[in-house]
Amino acid sequence: MPFRWNPELTMQDVTPEEYFLERRRLMKQAALVGAGAVLGLNPLTALGGESQDDTATPYEKATHYNNFYELGTGKDDPAANADKLLISPWSVIIDGAVTKPGKVSLEELLKPHAIEERVYRLRCVETWSMVIPWQGFPLRDLLRRFDPLGNAKYVAFETLLDPQHLPGQTRKILDWPYREGLRMDEAMHPLTIIATGMYGRSLPNQNGAPLRLVVPWKYGFKSIKSIVRITLTEQQPLTSWNQMASEEYGFYANVNPLVPHPRWDQESERRIGEFRRRPTLIFNGYGDHVAGLYAHMDLSRNF
Amino acid sequence: MIAASRFLFVVGLLPLAWLTYAAWQDLLGANPIERAIRFCGDWALWWLLLTLSVRPLRRVPGLTELIRVRRMLGLFSFFYATLHVMGYVALDRYFDWESTVRDLLKRPYITVGALSFLLLLPLAITSTYGYMKRLGRYWGRLHRLVYISAAFAVVHYWLMVKADHLQPALHGVVLTMLMVWRIPAWKITMRNKTPPF
Repeated sequence: MPFRWNPELTMQDVTPEEYFLERRRLMKQAALVGAGAVLGLNPLTALGGESQDDTATPYEKATHYNNFYELGTGKDDPAANADKLLISPWSVIIDGAVTKPGKVSLEELLKPHAIEERVYRLRCVETWSMVIPWQGFPLRDLLRRFDPLGNAKYVAFETLLDPQHLPGQTRKILDWPYREGLRMDEAMHPLTIIATGMYGRSLPNQNGAPLRLVVPWKYGFKSIKSIVRITLTEQQPLTSWNQMASEEYGFYANVNPLVPHPRWDQESERRIGEFRRRPTLIFNGYGDHVAGLYAHMDLSRNF
Repeated sequence: MIAASRFLFVVGLLPLAWLTYAAWQDLLGANPIERAIRFCGDWALWWLLLTLSVRPLRRVPGLTELIRVRRMLGLFSFFYATLHVMGYVALDRYFDWESTVRDLLKRPYITVGALSFLLLLPLAITSTYGYMKRLGRYWGRLHRLVYISAAFAVVHYWLMVKADHLQPALHGVVLTMLMVWRIPAWKITMRNKTPPF
């Protein structure tokens, strides 16, 4: 059955004015909580519930609160060091279990694909979240061009390795280059996209220019940025955070409030720009589309 | 000296003044709550390291009198630590005690951080002249808890960081240097048969 993407979130959700109104409301709530604390009230009951809508995160926040350790480990470092990422010329190697491996220029890579809009929730394992209007195309359309072989079970991705320019790569914070991976059925899922833009503009460097992965039902670290290599493999590939601390970051890394994490309580999240935490949804709210991929798996073991 | 301690009192409030201004002017970035909580934690640790620096620094000619402001330095550490903890309870956990207790039990960095704060509590309470007199020689022994609190604070920072341990490591190096500096004095104390703890 052909998949038809029904956008729950559209560009109409992008309303910066509302953010300014929101801010006033936040400050009022902050004052209320402060007063509540002084008065011994529980602000959970003193305040009305947080709205559960998915308004797009303001562009300014989505581009100045990033985890992109190649450009620094502080949240505002990637924006400050954005010019250290040299994106032109750019090419991507596609190899491994494909009939037609090769190195293709960015231009050549993007040419056949119609760019579409996807407004997705983005949930970081650090328990914050955003809503981002991406522009891109399904990863499966790209993979099919290179004709995967029957033994291709996984897709491995690599970020640019350029320690001469990328300040974060001068120290061994992670085992560079950054690596991520998906199981073949996850990679071929229509929700999985390669993004080349956001908010109707080309992708800012700090958000993973010129092309990145977006897998909306997984924690953000799976959505690897600034990709230079895509390898189809038979074995489950190594992934950076899993190598760093396997008891914290699993290969699957599906957003799941029911699977406890040693570092953060995954039951709730702070939507950037909101005051109160909101409950985290299983598969980041995309369970209707993707839960079937994991039907026979113990998600607490394969986290 | 009174002028100096008044000056220090004002200086000690400057970070809080900046934080208040920054919150008001929306200068705390995309995640202001996280920024504010970390800011207070940073300052709690910095004031604590400053407190522990008084002993070596007063050996420097002209700085002997620093001992008179040490209590205030320590109390500022406690003040920012309290804001840090309050920020966590009020703005991160929203007074949800169940999830707070779960955090305390399940997340080592929260456990260690809470211990660090709890150890500061009796020190702040007994920081008055009255308690100094009443506790006599036990006052000094009690206040050696500050070393454990500082060590826990650095461990708390280390455990909180996901991958880049440079910052907590630097704080650990400073604390270690302050501790190593004390070893000769402790050796003398040991020889005089007074246990260091």
